[in-house]
Amino acid sequence: MSSSTVNWFRYSSPASFFPLAGKLVPWFAAAAALLTVPGLWLGLVVAPPDAQQGEAYRIIFIHVPAAWMSMFIYLVMAFWSALALMFNTRLSAMMVQALAPTGALFTFIALVSGSLWGRPAWGTYWAWDARMTSELILLFLYFGYLALHAAIADSRRADRASAVLVLVGVVNVPIIYFSVKWWNTLHQGATVSMTAAPKMAAVMLTAMLIMTLAAWFYAVAVTLLRVQAIILEREGRAAWAGNLAGATR
Amino acid sequence: MLVAEDLAAQRGNALLFEGVQFSLRPGAAMFVSGPNGSGKTTLLRIAAGLTRALRGRLVWDGSAVDPFASILRAVTLFIGHATALKDELTAEENLASLVSLHGAPAEAESLSAALSEWSLARQRRLPARALSQGQRRRVALARLRLLARPLWILDEPLTALDAAGVAALREVVGEHLASGGMAVIATHQEFAPVGGTSLSLRLQ
Amino acid sequence: MNEATLRAAPLADDSAWGGVSWALARDLKLALRSRAELGVQLLFYVIVVTLFPLGIGPDPATLRALGPGVLWVAALLASLLALPRLFAADFADGALEQIALSPYPLPALVSGKILAHWLATGAPLVALSPLLALQFGLEGGEIGVLVTGLLLGTPTLSLLGAIGAALTLGVRGSGALLALLILPLYVPILIFGAGAVESLRAGLVPGAQLSILAAALLAAIVGAPLACAASVHIALD
Repeated sequence: MSSSTVNWFRYSSPASFFPLAGKLVPWFAAAAALLTVPGLWLGLVVAPPDAQQGEAYRIIFIHVPAAWMSMFIYLVMAFWSALALMFNTRLSAMMVQALAPTGALFTFIALVSGSLWGRPAWGTYWAWDARMTSELILLFLYFGYLALHAAIADSRRADRASAVLVLVGVVNVPIIYFSVKWWNTLHQGATVSMTAAPKMAAVMLTAMLIMTLAAWFYAVAVTLLRVQAIILEREGRAAWAGNLAGATR
Repeated sequence: MLVAEDLAAQRGNALLFEGVQFSLRPGAAMFVSGPNGSGKTTLLRIAAGLTRALRGRLVWDGSAVDPFASILRAVTLFIGHATALKDELTAEENLASLVSLHGAPAEAESLSAALSEWSLARQRRLPARALSQGQRRRVALARLRLLARPLWILDEPLTALDAAGVAALREVVGEHLASGGMAVIATHQEFAPVGGTSLSLRLQ
Repeated sequence: MNEATLRAAPLADDSAWGGVSWALARDLKLALRSRAELGVQLLFYVIVVTLFPLGIGPDPATLRALGPGVLWVAALLASLLALPRLFAADFADGALEQIALSPYPLPALVSGKILAHWLATGAPLVALSPLLALQFGLEGGEIGVLVTGLLLGTPTLSLLGAIGAALTLGVRGSGALLALLILPLYVPILIFGAGAVESLRAGLVPGAQLSILAAALLAAIVGAPLACAASVHIALD
């Protein structure tokens, strides 16, 4: 038991995590780039045009991976937030801070791509359907985290307050989604739902999964880079950071 | 007995102090002094369990205590810079409120007696907004006698007090130490209580 | 008093009920002494509700259709406006520290404060809403469902909002920040509260929506004081 806990916590200090992150970034970045190429090729070139929507549907190869990542990243943020509050570790809180901008970006991409898809698919840029409305509220949750963290001057208090916010948010996300879905059915909203659209041909599903994996690798690479920047920003005056100037990344 | 081991604290991202340790036994008062910004208030807040230290730990009667630990809350009386008085309540109501907040009964006679002891008999029914700074400080200090707590943590209690107020505080603290209580007091001014042992801690 | 007496002093009351009643009594007393401030907040609700017809037009059919939504949104905004007074004054004058250091459990003290806050700000709003509902041409049954929904929903708004209020204590620009943090959490309450009236209009019994509001209230009563107490600890750190 003691030897396995030692292994885990060995990387839990920012100083020792920093070089590990640095080593991992190029691998994940390369993997992301390598997966995007076949993913896009399968989605944009190989997959057949949709029976109802023609070529316009191809935006789902951006939209769906972005939407999945936006939700997944929020869950990961909740995980690190719980760790930060339970064990009072600085690195856990820094991970949350590093993930948030990428999560917000994916949410934004999902909203924009969904909106662009909406126009050719059923004539309007914004149809107030359940998924898009929930995605918009998720964007507000991300912005809320970023705004709260930025507004509190003391970084330790900012970390803990924002961690509480993420946990409160994650509990509410299913409730919000369920209520928006109910709201949508009550008002007989847009009958075309995003997921009902393409009957997935195998090639389309493969392309979407590859793109999702590429997005995930991208997110990991960018998050690790960002956490390095956050570590330097916060612990820059520590002795080990000064030694970095001599060592190469 | 309150023991602090290797305490370090930071404000924002700057280190305030490190390596602070002390042992406070019954009957002893520790006076914390130091220039402005040296972390006196932070140290007192750590001792009261309001703030978490960056490093090190606080031990009460042999067991380590976290911030807001119930055992620390039960034995501590913290009076900070801010008096915690509500403008809309009278002096008497404020005192009653603060005393009952800490679980003690707030009877009219004991409240009256406490206020008279601090020369506030005539201001009993005045709303706190009508009191001077010195009078507000006295109302805040009046609860010292009404709550039986072993550990007193007073942050700059002499602020705005006149000579009579300082004398009254010296007497109250002296009696507290004589009956086995402990105190941590941050102060700029010279303050020698009647009786008890005095320690002094100076922050740089 | 010798040392033995000091140590043997009676244990302070540290029960949850003691905490709730201390906070409830004190905050209600304080609220009664600042009645003017509360009156202003109630007036805000009335003014916001009045703005909508001015912006949309006085057509009775439109107003009737929009009424429940407007009244609920205005209630949300009024609730937001009132939230800072929950902790801000105590934070500024040091009372919040004393509250956090009290032997009473902090979730109990916080619950008492939130209850007092709702009684002072939310309950008058609920009491006034039938009058405002008449302005939008709502009828008897609809008004009943609206008021029941507000009665169940506004305490939940206070409970959830308290978490936000505690998280943003002493932060610059906290008013707008609080809105950004809390309004997404308010969305389900809004949807089911206004949706209950819509349901009635569609000829259904709004039992489901009102039950969900009741369930949300119960969940908030259990969970929000704990999250709020944790947030207060963080703010005082």
